[in-house]
Amino acid sequence: MGKTTGFLEWNREGAPKREKKERLHDAREFVLPLVPEQSKKQAGRCMDCGVPFCQQGCPLGNPIPDFNEHVWKGRWREAYLALTSTNNFPEFTGRLCPAPCEAACVLSVNQDPVTIEQIEKEISERAFAEGWVTPKVPTYRTGKTVAIVGSGPAGLAAAAQLNHAGHTITVYEKDETIGGLLRLGIPDFKLEKRVIDRRVKLLETEGVTFKTGVEPGKTITWNELKSTHDAVVLGIGARVGRELALPGRELNGVLQAMDYLETANRRVEKGGGLEGAATGKRVVVLGGGDTGSDCLGTALREGATSVSQIELMPVPPNARSSGNPWPQWPLIFRTSSSQEEGGLRSFGFMTKKLIGDGGALVAIEGVEVTLEDGKLVEHPQSTRRIEVDLLILALGFTGPETSTLSTQLGLELDGRGNVKVDSTFATNVPGVFAAGDAMRGASLIVWAISDGREAARTVDTFLMGQPSLLPTRGRDTPFGGR
Amino acid sequence: MHRVVSRSALYEPSTEKDSCGVGFVAHIKGQRSRGIVEQALEVLLRMKHRAATGADPLTGDGAGILTQVPERFFAREGQRLGFTIPARGAFGVAQMFLPTDSFARSECERMLVEVVEQEGQRVIGWRDVPVDPSVLGHVARGVLPTMRQLFIARRRTVPSAFERKLFIIRKLAENRVRASGVDGDGRFHIASCSAETIIYKGLLLPASLPGFYADLRDPLFESAIAVVHSRFSTNTFPTWDLAQPFRFIAHNGEINTVQGNRNSMQARRTLLQSAKFGGGLERLAPIIVPGKSDSAQFDNMLELLVLGGRSLPNAMMLMIPEAWERNPQMDDARRAFYQYSSSLMEPWDGPAAITFTDGRLVGATLDRNGLRPARYVITEDDRVILASEAGVIDVPPAQVKRKGRLQPGRMFLVDTDEGRIVEDDEVKKEITTRWPYRKWLDRNVFTWDDVPAAPAPTALVAEDLARGQRAFGWTDEDLRIVVGPMAETGKEPTGSMGTDTPLAVLSDRAPSLFDYFHQLFAQVTNPPIDPIRESLVMSLAVGLGPDGNTFEETPEQCAKLTLPGPVLTNHQLARIKALAGKGDFDPRVLDATYEPGTAGALDRAVEDLCEAAVKAVDEGHDILIVSDRNVDARRAPIPALLGLSAVHQRLVRDGIRRHTGLVVETGEVREVHHVALLIGYGAAAVNPWLCFDSVKELVDRKELPVELEQAEKNLVHAFDEGLLKVMSKMGISTVQSYRGAQIFECVGLNRELIDRHFSGTPSRLQGIGLDDLDREVVQRHARGFVEEDVVVPFTGGQYQWRRRGELHKWNPGTIAALQHASRSNDSKTFAKYELLADNEADGLVTLRGLLEFDTSSPAIPIDQVEPAASLAKRFVTGAMSFGSISAEAHETLAIAMNRIGGRSNSGEGGEEPRRFTKDANGDFRRSAIKQVASARFGVTTEYLVNADELQIKVAQGAKPGEGGQLPGHKVDERIAKVRWSTPGVTLISPPPHHDIYSIEDLAQLIYDLQSVNRDARVSVKLVSEVGVGTIAAGVAKAGAGGVTISGFEGGTGASPLSSIKRAGLPWELGLAEAQQVLVQNGLRDRIRLQVDGGFRTSRDIVLAGLLGAEEFGVATAALIVEGCVMLRKCHLNTCSVGIATQDPKLRAQFTGDPQHVVNFFMLLAEGVRRHMAALGFRTFDQVVGRVDKLKAKSNVPHWKAAKLDLSPIFSLPNAPENAPRRCSTAQKKDVSDSLDHQLLDAAKRTLENGSPVTIALPVTNAHRAVGAMLSGEIIKKLGGQGLPDDTVRIKLQGAAGQSFGAFLVNGVTLELEGEANDYVGKGLSGGRIIVRPPTTSRFVPEENVIVGNTVLYGATAGEAYFAGVAGERFAVRNSGAKCVVEGVGDHACEYMTGGVVVVLGTTGRNFAAGMSGGTAYVFDRNRTFRERCNLEMVELESLVDESEIWLVYGLIENHLRFTGSAQARRILDNWEHLVGSFVKVMPTDYKRVLQARRAQLRPRPSPPRLRAVGGREG
Repeated sequence: MGKTTGFLEWNREGAPKREKKERLHDAREFVLPLVPEQSKKQAGRCMDCGVPFCQQGCPLGNPIPDFNEHVWKGRWREAYLALTSTNNFPEFTGRLCPAPCEAACVLSVNQDPVTIEQIEKEISERAFAEGWVTPKVPTYRTGKTVAIVGSGPAGLAAAAQLNHAGHTITVYEKDETIGGLLRLGIPDFKLEKRVIDRRVKLLETEGVTFKTGVEPGKTITWNELKSTHDAVVLGIGARVGRELALPGRELNGVLQAMDYLETANRRVEKGGGLEGAATGKRVVVLGGGDTGSDCLGTALREGATSVSQIELMPVPPNARSSGNPWPQWPLIFRTSSSQEEGGLRSFGFMTKKLIGDGGALVAIEGVEVTLEDGKLVEHPQSTRRIEVDLLILALGFTGPETSTLSTQLGLELDGRGNVKVDSTFATNVPGVFAAGDAMRGASLIVWAISDGREAARTVDTFLMGQPSLLPTRGRDTPFGGR
Repeated sequence: MHRVVSRSALYEPSTEKDSCGVGFVAHIKGQRSRGIVEQALEVLLRMKHRAATGADPLTGDGAGILTQVPERFFAREGQRLGFTIPARGAFGVAQMFLPTDSFARSECERMLVEVVEQEGQRVIGWRDVPVDPSVLGHVARGVLPTMRQLFIARRRTVPSAFERKLFIIRKLAENRVRASGVDGDGRFHIASCSAETIIYKGLLLPASLPGFYADLRDPLFESAIAVVHSRFSTNTFPTWDLAQPFRFIAHNGEINTVQGNRNSMQARRTLLQSAKFGGGLERLAPIIVPGKSDSAQFDNMLELLVLGGRSLPNAMMLMIPEAWERNPQMDDARRAFYQYSSSLMEPWDGPAAITFTDGRLVGATLDRNGLRPARYVITEDDRVILASEAGVIDVPPAQVKRKGRLQPGRMFLVDTDEGRIVEDDEVKKEITTRWPYRKWLDRNVFTWDDVPAAPAPTALVAEDLARGQRAFGWTDEDLRIVVGPMAETGKEPTGSMGTDTPLAVLSDRAPSLFDYFHQLFAQVTNPPIDPIRESLVMSLAVGLGPDGNTFEETPEQCAKLTLPGPVLTNHQLARIKALAGKGDFDPRVLDATYEPGTAGALDRAVEDLCEAAVKAVDEGHDILIVSDRNVDARRAPIPALLGLSAVHQRLVRDGIRRHTGLVVETGEVREVHHVALLIGYGAAAVNPWLCFDSVKELVDRKELPVELEQAEKNLVHAFDEGLLKVMSKMGISTVQSYRGAQIFECVGLNRELIDRHFSGTPSRLQGIGLDDLDREVVQRHARGFVEEDVVVPFTGGQYQWRRRGELHKWNPGTIAALQHASRSNDSKTFAKYELLADNEADGLVTLRGLLEFDTSSPAIPIDQVEPAASLAKRFVTGAMSFGSISAEAHETLAIAMNRIGGRSNSGEGGEEPRRFTKDANGDFRRSAIKQVASARFGVTTEYLVNADELQIKVAQGAKPGEGGQLPGHKVDERIAKVRWSTPGVTLISPPPHHDIYSIEDLAQLIYDLQSVNRDARVSVKLVSEVGVGTIAAGVAKAGAGGVTISGFEGGTGASPLSSIKRAGLPWELGLAEAQQVLVQNGLRDRIRLQVDGGFRTSRDIVLAGLLGAEEFGVATAALIVEGCVMLRKCHLNTCSVGIATQDPKLRAQFTGDPQHVVNFFMLLAEGVRRHMAALGFRTFDQVVGRVDKLKAKSNVPHWKAAKLDLSPIFSLPNAPENAPRRCSTAQKKDVSDSLDHQLLDAAKRTLENGSPVTIALPVTNAHRAVGAMLSGEIIKKLGGQGLPDDTVRIKLQGAAGQSFGAFLVNGVTLELEGEANDYVGKGLSGGRIIVRPPTTSRFVPEENVIVGNTVLYGATAGEAYFAGVAGERFAVRNSGAKCVVEGVGDHACEYMTGGVVVVLGTTGRNFAAGMSGGTAYVFDRNRTFRERCNLEMVELESLVDESEIWLVYGLIENHLRFTGSAQARRILDNWEHLVGSFVKVMPTDYKRVLQARRAQLRPRPSPPRLRAVGGREG
């Protein structure tokens, strides 16, 4: 447990961040480490609840009270062991997770929750610094081979776990680099790519083989892949972006968020400086979500003359509504780190028209909408035109790219276009499993890792014909919400 | 028709309890007379309120009399019948109960005669005992045996051996009849067979005894000794033979350890040899007859000891030793005797007042705790009258020579041969100096000093340790929550909010075998002990090695290694092992590991272990060490409890158990419960080796802030203290008696396993066996030796919910859904909640999860079902005190329950009087149920009259059998005020009610409460365990209108984790048992049956209704509705949602709303309606008791649960079809005999206009609770302030009954000339009580007893003056009364929190134990008080402060004025001289607070405060 009266003595203090002015001039991470004493106090705020809702809030089922206790007592190594008992990549989640655990923290019933995510990051960075993170090479090999398709968090987690169980793993990545969405979708200011490299190197040492530039269904057939492995795990993500079905979509200056971000990320990785598609432009980002925010932050760094982020839905409330009680994910007004860096935000605006001039986008036009009885109502008299040079569509994702899977393997999809799996992550094709966004639809990195780990268990069971000894995230007792 | 008492459904006959009134009248010089017999019958009659009747008001539970054989009477009868009765001593009489069937009867008679002749004695003749069945009730008449007497003449036997001969005849005849099978109904019984004494007894009311037996009325029926007994049994299964007296004793109380005692006698039977019986005793077996009551079995043992050659007092000393272990004042020879005797027999422990006689000696003794009352009078004409109460024979004051009471552990003995009273000291001196016991001990008893040092084995570390921990089933919680804190603090860890995890038999996580067993505990029929405050009676001392022959007293009988406690460190065990081959002891290690995982593997392993044990004993090894140290990747440990118990029981069966001591060396033990179980199943000592290794690692890794040596000491201390607590929960004082007593119940082990290895343990639901246990061994073993990642401990999740841990009913899903549903008042969300909470498809938790409704009969439309508003009246909230929860949380519940017509429960802690009037908006903050718990905090007359129901809390689900403690820092101004204590002073709740040590005491408390508030229903709260049905029946017979059965799941209070988890059983079992026993006894219609303990959903409620419940308590769920999120931190005052805290900042966070609580209960009621409609019930009354609508779920996929047989839960009661199955009218205790009716008449005008009145009346011991009803009426009429001082003056003469002046209020003065019994001034609420001896009496008041035990218990205000000596526990938990007394017994001022006590004479031991407030002033003439005072919480000071001197002087002056006390006069006359002899007893806590308060009167800067939190960051 933390300190019995810790939460009465200390307030929540987040990690320091680099000054806005400074951080906008490079692509590096801006969240700074906490001083260890501060981490201990923050962990000491943990109430060691009889029912730690945080652990249910966390899709990975991280043993949060346990590592808080270790940190409070200064037992960092034990904290690291506890944390990695459920989480292969705390260095990713400690940076990128929206922390549903904190939303469910019992302290957040009436005060500020424990800074769980930051503590997680501190633990994992300390573990790397102290040299506690060493490759865990399995002591024996089962002789079974598994193909993991996709090297995003789901694929990597499944690879790590199955490798640990002694199977021989090959990860296939269609891109030239490993990391999937982590590398191509997440800007460096949130996750510097060295963090991914560090992890991939460890996995390689542990015996995982990575094959980049291989796209099953195209460079090889799915059946080829399947026949050369005892099992296949699909971790192909859900990267098909939602389209804006409006006239003018074809104009120059309209980009899908992933295209925009990918380009920017590749450039940064190659040391290509800050200039990019948004430099010197009036930029509008459609979509108020996390991807939209990433676009916003990237555009600001690229030196856009103005950036605004437009959300279709009206402004959410500042506090929880009665229909959205704790410990559910709070549907409230939030400000992301990119949003605090600059740009304009507007809500309740429905884009109706893209206006071009000579094949290039010059403006968008739309109306204000409000939410009435759960339905969006347009207010035509409020029609507004916004001048814009670059429109970035961050409207969410519709699902995985599955065309070759269907045609070559006869893989079934669910109603939303995701890979259909049963409770053991098995698809309708024997020996083929799916994890993460591919079967779930676009979601959080913690879900991806969690699914990857759980799928690994069932794959292990499938391969060995007896209950897997790999750990599980545990029982789910959901309380609704996100 | 006769019904055989046998095990049926959930009822276990062995749980029958009885208790009673006892007494004797004797002539000291042995003069036989009619008068003695008649007076004894009078004594019986005068104690009729201590007896009971069942459903049939004319059938008593039993009454009887034992007298000397009236040979003049028999001589005449012999003449009449045509045979000659020889002279006294030359003949014996067998008093026979015979079958009514004439064939069976003549067979029995024939067999008896045969035995008489075989044994060489002569049959003189038979006599029919004239009886009058018309005085019997129909139940008693239905089972009436035929009564005959057989006269046997002594032949070729010396007179001194004749009694033994008669005993042998009786035993052989009993065995022969039993073997023949002619007596199918079990009516054959030889009540007595002696040349000295004869017993007339039966299923009678005290009043009908002489009417039934004409002999007792005969003028020639004379005796110099007459012992009488009236029985109050918890149930009414009719049995004539269990009436008392037995052959040597009559007993008031209970033997808690009887099972262990019986087992021990069984175990040592081959050791028992007595030349007097011609060698072995095998042909007389069973020596202790199974199936009889504890008292009967005690009698069996005593009889054997006496006839085997010990004197009666010597045998009593052996069986009921005084508390000698911690009594430095005791004479060394006596201590040596007791220590020596402890190797011959373990104490028969329990609350007991036992009168005993062999026809020449007659006496009585009290157990070491002195928990039963016994008062005596010696008259000028050489009579002695001793009884449970004073005043049972009217003796003119001038005739009284001496009055006294039995004292704890003391013996009172009359030798009618010598014609004198032999004082305790003299009797015992003679016995204890017969042999040089001390020398024998010095030569033969070994201590650690005699054992050479030896190195402990190397401790496991790192991964090896982690593997061991996992393989033995350890979890992270065992290290983090249990063992770590024990090693750090030396105490058992504390938790809160009950338990909601699966029963072991339902758990999928391979729980330890220990988890299948639940601790049993004392409730009602015997009191638990306070092992801390009354440590002087407790002992953990263990003797290791072979036992001696109980009949023989020779030096080598005591050759043992004595250990200060039963927990051995690794080092200590190594020393014992090293004794091998060195001469004195010869230990042998038995390997208790095996290769698991194949069918029968565990079975074979256990057999091999037992064989090895037998072989070792045969080879002469006198210490066996059952060890699982050999565990490795291949070999797994036999569950430690299984190995130990199997070996123990096997050795018992082979009759060689007592040749060896048993030690368990196990890695499995990691909590107190485990140690308790191993000892409870026969181990002398336990070495939890892995526990010590684990602690070492924790210390080495700096996880504990203590050094290793200290950590080990702490660990042992925590085990020791915890073990004392477990023992004392059952009322057992010594580990020696606890050993092998098997005070546990298990759930779900099959009978074959139980009978083979845990024989005698209740396991009412059949379930799994050895192969299933083997499977769990494999699972645990794999955690350590198959899994690779062992560094992170295995997740427990028992105490805190964890995703990868054990299942919890309260989990994030259920809590969130319940809060959401009750706040939004949305039935859909509520349905979702119920689905989550009821669902056990994914994992079983509760027994009810295995049951389902039988919906085969047609459903009805829901609109035909009783409305929700009417169902809501059946709901109550849990008893949670103001103090344990915040005022906001407490009042929110009260308002809500009053809005819906349900009832909230005040809990134990008073209630602020402002809540007794309604709010402007009509809301009522008054709790309808007022609880009366052991501490009586705030239990004033005003509190009691402002209630619809008064609930006596005998036990609570979270910690049955234990007391509690509210730390001083939680006692703020407001709480202190309502509890009548001082802010900042710690408040201790005693484990027992000090006025309920026995069932008739409970009846008395019910009487007291009903007197104060005649409109209220008085109910009793019990906790589920085997036998709770029997107790519930006793409660019904005691006159309660309601009984609550609490399941072990529930309980919100803070308590030791092992109590939360390990004590008590599910309500399903307790409720079903209570319903079955109440229906079977025909008691169901008079008592409302309530149930609580983990109620969450409407399904729970309907299911409980079908099992027989009428009302339903919901506590945890209601708290969750108020905002509780199960932090389980109630004991830390840090509840972040403002419920279980008194911190104002946190209380401000409270967001509970009465409307949410109302929503919850109404949603619940709607759910109940839906179930009722589906089942076809229109009203809930139709639901109650319809067990036929329940069935076990079929196709339960769970491998263990599938074997569970739940049918005993829903089997139909063994009663006629039309027997009532629910309550028609809840009974009220009959208080029509109260003297207060006359007082109320006389004070009528006073109640109307306040005019003063003086009333004078005679009083007898049958008048109980004098003044209580009057007081209740005064407060009801006039409000809490009562009347001005002395408005009602009542002058009484005589011996007043129990609870004299209970709850007496301001303005009433009770003045008694005579004496009073127990509980004088109980709950005194402002009145004045004066008791003084009659002016004509000739004895010295300050040397004679004037009031009984437990005087001024829980008094809150008022004054009392007693011109004489009081009994034990004077002013226990007094919080405000001022009083003067001239001497007190043991444990005076125990738990006192306020008030003033002046003692003008000597005190008993353990004065001021647990006293945290108030002051006492003791007149200590001989400067010996200090050694009798318990100085743990108090300091002794001299009386110097001027104002205090005047306070004491003033009180003594009052004492003189009110009582005319000569002692007071002497002291006042010599005040200057004597003031220095007063010692002031000052609680340190109280002193600190008072000083702080005084300091606070000076202004000072406000202290630094914690930073306010909750704001936004940045």
